Amino acid sequence: MEYEAKNVLRSYGVPVPQGMVVTSVEEAYEAARKLKPPFMVKAQVPVSGRGKAGGILPANSPNEVKAIAERLLNTYIKGFHVKSLLIEEMLSIKRELYFGITVSRADQTYIVIASQEGGVDIEEVAEKSPEKVMTIRLDPWLGFQPHHARLAAKFMGYSGGALLSLENIFQSIYRAGMDYDAELIEVNPLAETVDGEFVALDARIIVDDNALFRHKELQERFLESLSPDEREAAKHDLAYVDLNGDLGVICNGAGLTMATIDVVHLLGGRPANFLDVGGGASPERIAIAVKMLLFNPKVKVILVNILGGITRCDEVAKGILDALKSADIKKPLVVRLVGTNEDQGRRMLSEFGILVVNDMEDAVRQAVEMVREG
Amino acid sequence: MGIIVNRDTKVMVQGITGRQGQFHTKLMLEYGTKIVAGVTPGKGGTEVYGVPVYDTVAEAVREHRVDASIIFVPAPFAASAALEALENGVKIIVIITEHIPVKDTIKVISYAKRVGATVIGPNTPGIITPGECKVGIMPHHIYRPGSVGMISRSGTLSYEIAVSLTKSGIGQSTCIGIGGDPVVGMSFVDVLKLFREDPHTDAVVIIGEVGGNLEELAAEYIVEENYSKPIVAFIAGRYAPPEKRMGHAGAIVMGRTGSAESKINALKKAGVEVAQKPSDVALLLRKLLRK
Repeated sequence: MEYEAKNVLRSYGVPVPQGMVVTSVEEAYEAARKLKPPFMVKAQVPVSGRGKAGGILPANSPNEVKAIAERLLNTYIKGFHVKSLLIEEMLSIKRELYFGITVSRADQTYIVIASQEGGVDIEEVAEKSPEKVMTIRLDPWLGFQPHHARLAAKFMGYSGGALLSLENIFQSIYRAGMDYDAELIEVNPLAETVDGEFVALDARIIVDDNALFRHKELQERFLESLSPDEREAAKHDLAYVDLNGDLGVICNGAGLTMATIDVVHLLGGRPANFLDVGGGASPERIAIAVKMLLFNPKVKVILVNILGGITRCDEVAKGILDALKSADIKKPLVVRLVGTNEDQGRRMLSEFGILVVNDMEDAVRQAVEMVREG
Repeated sequence: MGIIVNRDTKVMVQGITGRQGQFHTKLMLEYGTKIVAGVTPGKGGTEVYGVPVYDTVAEAVREHRVDASIIFVPAPFAASAALEALENGVKIIVIITEHIPVKDTIKVISYAKRVGATVIGPNTPGIITPGECKVGIMPHHIYRPGSVGMISRSGTLSYEIAVSLTKSGIGQSTCIGIGGDPVVGMSFVDVLKLFREDPHTDAVVIIGEVGGNLEELAAEYIVEENYSKPIVAFIAGRYAPPEKRMGHAGAIVMGRTGSAESKINALKKAGVEVAQKPSDVALLLRKLLRK
């Protein structure tokens, strides 16, 4: 979230506005009394576009801050619960810039993006006036060199002392980004104040979740950013995304899961979820996946589509049966089971009276029909 | 023959004594892959299914000719294993490991380019030239030798389509999983270039998914080069909601970029036949190959 990104940047020497994080109306009022007016009151939610959604508001006095805090706290912005606010001193801004570092898939490396215009959607600026945006591809073994930073500052139109202070700020942002394994670190807007200072008015860091083993302190935060179902799934190494339909879907492998969801749509059904058990799933993991859908009230029918390579079909069957035996909720099930040890798996399920299908499309069609028939 | 690997390729397995490493070494050996050495630090001097194990890649390449390495090393150490192989002159690196930090992957790929090596993956099922050689973890019984090349970002989905091709009597020249991560060593374009030059490949299947723009870049390449071989594509994730990661680290629609629609449109414009369902790939290929 913004205040966390700013704390990181501050610790790397990047100037940020004076401010305090609060979680109650009283704290908001007290914070404002300690800061210099006027203020900005900013809802802390992990999503971009808060401003447009009414999550960032100006205030002239501690009383106004209090009134805004009453309005914002415990509401929802873009689906996220507003649990805290950042109260900041408002600065007089001369110009807004953009500076960010991100991973470019096509270039297979990090790129630096510097824009003469900030405060708005950077993709839009890049589309409408590409001459205002500069990108620098980085050699990962050389990194972001001081001369790259000066190039970006020059491009933004600065020279002399301003160029040198921007060089420092850009270098600090890069160091923070690399130290935190950021997929994206951006300061937007990076403001030039009327006094000629540069300040990070807003900032965002997206940490690569695959690198969390190097940042144990962030692991907890990552789980908090997920919905309850996603969190439960993540704990068991399952990939779960909530969708809006009524047909529960369990597959192995992300591509197969997406394709199965596409076929459900094509055949007139509505998937309730994306649930990928991954490769080589144990019976326990399969059982947890099946139970998640059994207990999900939206789900009317469960479709399991497994193409076992490393995943063993008999273990899948055992997991499904374990889940059905341990839960007292009953829902119709269609299982497509092909691959390693498929004969054993099919026999185990058929003996229990579960419909086992050979072909993926047949399985989807039957599951969709079962939902329709209720 | 196929591309990148063939019956003469000598393979090293890094992380050979781990659960996955051992299991798949056995399966690859059964398939006829020539595995000459394994590496696991601390396990040097032992054997896995008759394959000698070394502590370091340096020792393995001193004792054996090694053309390719397949990596089963856990994510925190996988990049270092890849760099060790590259530094010791191995020219083909297949990284099976999932969940490697992108910062590490970027370093490996950049270094590989410098030394002129090929990286497949990470987060890939590997590469198979049916009937000759498999450097990967795919269930090999579903493949048949033939003349269709396959390039995929997704493991199980490529199996699904391989099953239906084989069932329809369409064999494969080489199947490559380029990997499901945001940054991978080989792109669709890189593999398309190799298939174009391969006399054993008559048509190509591209299996893509939401996220990034590798498919769009492939479409541009197909138009620019006036690609001579017929191509059929399937793109997964037409109904993937934006800004949600669909299992693969790389499968995420951000803002306007990376949607299935944009990929499908780009490929169709480039003259590629795009299948609606996985099973349609075989039907479309049949039509094209008959011409």
